[in-house]
Amino acid sequence: MDIHEYQAKQLLSKYGVSIPPGEVVYQTHEAENIVSWLNEEKIIVKAQVHAGGRGKAGGVKVCNNHQEVIKTVDKMIGMRIITPQTSEEGKIVTRVYLEKAYEIKKEFYFCITVDRETGGNTIISSKKGGVDIEEVAEKYPDEIFKMKISPGSDLLTHHARTIVYNLGLSGNAAKKAQKNILGIYKAFTSLDAAMIEVNPLAVVNDDDILVLDCKSSFDDNALYRQRQVAEMKDENEYDPLELEAARHDLNYVKLDGNIGLMVNGAGLSMATMDIIKHYGGEAANFMDVAGAATPERVAAAFKLIYRDSDVKGILINIFGGMMRCNDIAEGLVNASKEVGLDKPLVVRLEGTNVEMGMEILKNSGFPIKPVDTMEQAAKDVVTLVKEKK
Amino acid sequence: MAVLLTKESKIICQGFTGAQGTFHSQRAIEYNTNIVGGVTPEKGGTKHLDIPVFNTVAEAKKKTNCNASGVFVPPPFAADAILEGVEAELDLIVCITDGIPTSDMQRVKREMRGSKTRLVGPNCPGVLTPGIGKIGIIPGHICKPGRIGVVSRSGTLSYESAVQTSKLGQSTIIGIGGDPVNGTNFVEALELFLNDPDTDGIVLIGEIGGTAEIEGAEFIRSWKGNSKKPVAAFVAGAAAPKGRKLGHAGAIVNSGDETADAKKDALRSAGVEVSDTITRIGEAMMKAMGV
Repeated sequence: MDIHEYQAKQLLSKYGVSIPPGEVVYQTHEAENIVSWLNEEKIIVKAQVHAGGRGKAGGVKVCNNHQEVIKTVDKMIGMRIITPQTSEEGKIVTRVYLEKAYEIKKEFYFCITVDRETGGNTIISSKKGGVDIEEVAEKYPDEIFKMKISPGSDLLTHHARTIVYNLGLSGNAAKKAQKNILGIYKAFTSLDAAMIEVNPLAVVNDDDILVLDCKSSFDDNALYRQRQVAEMKDENEYDPLELEAARHDLNYVKLDGNIGLMVNGAGLSMATMDIIKHYGGEAANFMDVAGAATPERVAAAFKLIYRDSDVKGILINIFGGMMRCNDIAEGLVNASKEVGLDKPLVVRLEGTNVEMGMEILKNSGFPIKPVDTMEQAAKDVVTLVKEKK
Repeated sequence: MAVLLTKESKIICQGFTGAQGTFHSQRAIEYNTNIVGGVTPEKGGTKHLDIPVFNTVAEAKKKTNCNASGVFVPPPFAADAILEGVEAELDLIVCITDGIPTSDMQRVKREMRGSKTRLVGPNCPGVLTPGIGKIGIIPGHICKPGRIGVVSRSGTLSYESAVQTSKLGQSTIIGIGGDPVNGTNFVEALELFLNDPDTDGIVLIGEIGGTAEIEGAEFIRSWKGNSKKPVAAFVAGAAAPKGRKLGHAGAIVNSGDETADAKKDALRSAGVEVSDTITRIGEAMMKAMGV
């Protein structure tokens, strides 16, 4: 789960990490109070959306006086932000963050992430902060410093010292940076984070260290014990169909194509997206009917896909080792009745009672095409959707 | 002989009396798996499915001399259950549970340093050796005894692979699971199969996310053992968008070498026969074997 920049900063500050004074607002009139409370000459106004690249899309602005702040907030709330990391429609801004703006002396990149190779965490840092880190990694690979922390181990002072010296800091700034780095790591492990990226970590004034921007995501599997993080979920950031799917415990991700998918198993679901692409189509979604593919779950999943107006045809690919195909087929026919199925539906079932299941589908009276293999299913659904156009 | 499971394996189930533990233990018993006991705290001394239940793994080991365990314990308690098996010095622990917090698995990784126990999973379908038995949820009837080793991050794709290689049959199927931090990885599974005299060819099923497939490819390329074996592979997620997590906690592309294409390229350059669709993995294996 991702959270907003301002939320991440709130969490980090509880672990002794230094952040600029600031406050979030949802409406323009709230900004007036914040502006007088901040009482700063320069204030930075930042759109709060879960997507990188918002600066270039007009989502960040430094304002030189209070009137400008109010005007900017008014313009930003309700604005559509489109970046390479959002969908084509972009994201509507509903919250903006007002913060004291600083003159930056130096800026660094700092990130903690789970390292799948070692099973521990890896800290990535660079002197070249404040810019796109992937570009830095490509152009100046020597400027990226990685430190691997053993699985389940704490970040020790000597680790933090090494990072800070690598960033070229000394004296008071080095000490303050160390304290911040230890704090960010503590927050990472205590809050079950999956990634905390600070870009930039900046030197301001003489030797003060501040987290100026922060992106973070958290382990979904641990949210049950991280109530304060879980409560930060912003439902505006999710596709309504994805929220609906989550309520049914379905793994669903909306994609850009027009072939709706319903599959059991994450791997098989990805492989089904792949084979559709292989035959010239494009999936409208990833869908893993996780857990047991019962008739009820299958029906709920089917109705959800059907509601997506981008979907022009549906492919159902279920490989159930233990499950009975006749039950699944009945679930599908009942759901088809409910929605009045008028889109092509191709079904491949594997499991016990396959023949019975196929008979039920064939005799349903709906445009349902049962097929024997996954390959045939992919070819057929791609063709049917193209014919429909 | 095959890998991980043998005729001598004595298996227990942790989380035995729960719905999942019960259902899959029943299937395993029907598949003639040597299940000697189960563990559920507070139910020690009773019987379940006609098999003795113990309060702790240590007690189960003392009474049954078990050496392997299948873990079906719910996510918040699963890491603890794995470590209980590690402390009892079992040879093999297969954890099926999906949804264990990553930091819990990091802790498991730390505690297992230097331990003799092998962990498979979590978030995996388990291990099955046709004719010997199974730990986990792989349906027995789709597997046939034979000489192909299957190693997969995905459960359902391991089933597809089993069905497609049914002419050749399987020595063992290992589901290593889809979590970012897990026990046995591709390299270790490949090593088991390469050293197994009863395995002639290997099917490897990977996914986007992480670089385990690339490490696997490197391992295949640099294998110096006397038995080079043909390998066929599929990597799921070629159509996946960057930065979106697809179902498995680990299935997300964050950087260039985590894409399906980068992984396929690495495998191809290591001499692996790569199939672009899962539906051709059986054919690819046949081709790699020259049959």
